[in-house]
Amino acid sequence: MLRYILARIAMMVPTLFVISVLVFTIIQLPPGDYFESYVQELQMLGEPADLQEIALLKEHYHFDDPMPLQYLHWVTGMLHGDFGYSFEYRMPVREVVGDRLWLTIMVSTVTIVFTWLLAFPIGVYSATHQYSWGDYGLTLLGLIGLAIPNFMLAIILMYFANVWFGLSIGHLMDVKYLNQPMSWDKLHSILAHLWIPVVIIGTAGTAGMARRLRANLLDELGKQYVTTARAKGLSPGRVVAKYPLRLALNFFVADIGSVLPQIISGAEITAIILSLETTGPMLIRALQCQDMYLAGSFLMFLAFLTVIGVLVSDIALSLLDPRVRLQGRRG
Amino acid sequence: MPPSTRPLPDTARDLLRIDGLRVSFPLLQGEVEAVRGASLRVRPGKITALVGESGSGKSVTGQAILGLQPANARVSGKVWLDTGAPVDLLTLPHDGRAIRAIRGAQIGMIFQEPMTSFSPVHTIGNQISEALRLHQPMPPRALRARCEEMLGRVGLPDPRRIYDMYPFELSGGMRQRAMIAMAVICGPALLIADEPTTALDVTIQAQILGLIRDLQREFDLAVLLITHDLGVVANLADEVVVMHHGQVLESGPTEAIFADPRHEYLRGLMNAVPVFGARARDRLKPLREVPAEGIRALAAMSVPAAPAAPASATQARPLITVSGLSKSFLPRNRSWGLFARSEPPLRAVDDVSFEIRRGECLGLVGESGSGKTTVGKMLVRAFAPDAGQILLHDSAGGVLDVPGAAGDELTALRQRVQMIFQDPMSSLSPRMTVGQILSEPLDIHARGTRAERDRMVAALLRAIGLGPAVAARYPHSFSGGQRQRIGIARALALGPEFIVCDEAVSALDMSVQAQILNLLKDLQKELQLTYLFISHNLAVVNYLADRIAVMWRGRLVELAPREALMSAPAHPYTRALLAAVPHPDPHHPLDIAAACMPATQAESAWPAAFRESAEAPGELVDLGDGHLVRMQPMADRRDLDGTGGAR
Repeated sequence: MLRYILARIAMMVPTLFVISVLVFTIIQLPPGDYFESYVQELQMLGEPADLQEIALLKEHYHFDDPMPLQYLHWVTGMLHGDFGYSFEYRMPVREVVGDRLWLTIMVSTVTIVFTWLLAFPIGVYSATHQYSWGDYGLTLLGLIGLAIPNFMLAIILMYFANVWFGLSIGHLMDVKYLNQPMSWDKLHSILAHLWIPVVIIGTAGTAGMARRLRANLLDELGKQYVTTARAKGLSPGRVVAKYPLRLALNFFVADIGSVLPQIISGAEITAIILSLETTGPMLIRALQCQDMYLAGSFLMFLAFLTVIGVLVSDIALSLLDPRVRLQGRRG
Repeated sequence: MPPSTRPLPDTARDLLRIDGLRVSFPLLQGEVEAVRGASLRVRPGKITALVGESGSGKSVTGQAILGLQPANARVSGKVWLDTGAPVDLLTLPHDGRAIRAIRGAQIGMIFQEPMTSFSPVHTIGNQISEALRLHQPMPPRALRARCEEMLGRVGLPDPRRIYDMYPFELSGGMRQRAMIAMAVICGPALLIADEPTTALDVTIQAQILGLIRDLQREFDLAVLLITHDLGVVANLADEVVVMHHGQVLESGPTEAIFADPRHEYLRGLMNAVPVFGARARDRLKPLREVPAEGIRALAAMSVPAAPAAPASATQARPLITVSGLSKSFLPRNRSWGLFARSEPPLRAVDDVSFEIRRGECLGLVGESGSGKTTVGKMLVRAFAPDAGQILLHDSAGGVLDVPGAAGDELTALRQRVQMIFQDPMSSLSPRMTVGQILSEPLDIHARGTRAERDRMVAALLRAIGLGPAVAARYPHSFSGGQRQRIGIARALALGPEFIVCDEAVSALDMSVQAQILNLLKDLQKELQLTYLFISHNLAVVNYLADRIAVMWRGRLVELAPREALMSAPAHPYTRALLAAVPHPDPHHPLDIAAACMPATQAESAWPAAFRESAEAPGELVDLGDGHLVRMQPMADRRDLDGTGGAR
């Protein structure tokens, strides 16, 4: 097992290397760089550009070096925890992301917990009461939830909240706390606002997960070992909880790999519509205006989380399922 | 014909009495009746066998006793369980407390598939102790002790270790033992065994049957044995109940039933089973025979009109020569540590040499894991051998190197050599019509025009007795036997000379099995085919094969003409294999004690002449008349006679 984990971690290095090359290539693909578009913008506005400062920055960030060298500087910087400089915000990337990262993690974590808490009982009920009215009703609800795009739900909720209650449900906190240091009042305000994005972002996820759990559980419920367990004299509830549900859990765990990056990128479009103070809108903005270090570091971070997520889910799976743990792979 | 019931010996009471049981399943239109008014009884401490083919309703009868039938089934009738005060089990609330107190505690149940009957993610101990804890709560320490004791009682070595193992770490036979331990741990009065040995090898089957009989005697356990195997019934049962289409046709004491089967169906069933002895090569009489005209028509289409050479000349020349064939598989890495011990590779096939003569059927017999399927797969070039030679000769004297064939040679090989698989379910694509399945090989090898291919498909379908009308249907609409016939037709499409039949009838019912065996026999005769017939069932091989090869742990231990191997087996493993086959004859009981020897100990009990070691490997020694046996080359031949054996 230890050997397996070490091998898996060793495998991460080349994976991340390839990803970093790809990311770097992609953010360099559009013609020009940030400073060119910046100077252009200033000229269009008729303002004088401080060409000297730009030249300094360009030199500091090795913009005139050949590509491979630029790549090397970027990567070695990241290894030291220096994610570069956001030209758009004119501060280091770390500080730009700062607060937003924590807010994003909070929104996403709450969303995931919400999704699981809701999807689990729905999935189990649907599977154990297959083709009942309850199953049909939940299936209908689930399909509606899957079919409506998140941002549409966000717009609809915003509209009705405004028309019926005269509420503005945008932002993650009351407007007066924006850019304020963290305080109890601010936290309170955040928590009060949290449920709306959680419901909006979580709806489709809940519906999808309930459907998958139902399908997985139905597969397991038909298996021979379920009959064996019933033949022992176990009560129906205990049978489901101990055997098929335990096996259907595997896919929850396998899901962690894709969940981790979602936590950070977190429903960009919904976040833009609701003006949430999360990282999603920032990533899109950074990509739009060629803020290469901000965008690049961000993409790298997402890739890193994906790789970690897959590793964590593989290890968890092998802990959960003895077949994965003990059978290993064929030589 | 009304059900014929023999007078049964009077007993004070029956442990289980089923009266007029009906089970039906609702369909989109109407409903289908799986069990139609079946009645039977199980006496305390006795074994009642419930016999029938798949679809006869025998399994659902077993499930209905405990209320384990599928949720949409409708059940009526009476199921009296009498362990003091009689209860009608069907009146108890579904999955309620009362029936749950009976499940596991008074009636235990074991199933056909030891692979899937245990949850794969819980340990054996966890699952067995659960049954005990449920009905007889006791402290964890005592619980574990009782479970280990029972695991030891069912013949598992090292129960302490097995308690903490997962089901997939055990072999099929060991899993079935653990399953039995779980079913009897609460000391039930009745054990329902649903095809308990069908998925097992003959030797393991004999061991499990022996175990069931021992437990029955030791714990005064009554057993309802659900099976399709008349050999198992004859060896184990006190009373027999024959079911067909949901009805009981015949019931009575085993002796009487076997001596004088009154019902036409049971007589048919008995004629459909391949047996040893004098009647061994008589043509089997399946309940429904496939007519042979179609085969002759197909032969006229595909075989060149004039035989290439006089029969005797071609007979002498081998079609396939195999020499020094070896194949290893790397074992799985089970180590948890940082540095895995590197285990030696597993030798699945170890220096195997034999030849297959043109027009013969060579039977290849062995337990699972003996390497017989690996040999078959190498012959059709599904695996590449690690070492050794496989040569395919043609009648003109040309030679084709099977592992080394490439380009045109490989194309030719694919047309000359075909395979028939065990599982008729998974070997046909569910997304293709039968017509597409059969014409695909013709398309790939660009045989003829569209119209000619269609004619060929029609001829193939006629040959297997299905008729060209079924070409537009999909495989799911056929029964297992029909699907296997389609698989045979596919193998025949290109007009091959040589067909590897890998357990081709193992998954089929008895009467269907007879039908397929006869079909294979007719095809061989009319189309001048050569077969390698791989099977673990010696009776089946005996029916079809001209010569029989026996494999044990990757080695060929004996190769002989059929009569010689059956009448005078020389190798102790062959003898054990023959002894483990249950005969459908109550006067010919199984020697269970001989079969119960674990394989690891068996080798050390062999006469010295057959024991092998790294320093003194055995060799194939010719006993005369092409009877080869693997033994110590220097050993005295007279030793063989000393072991009650051959010539």
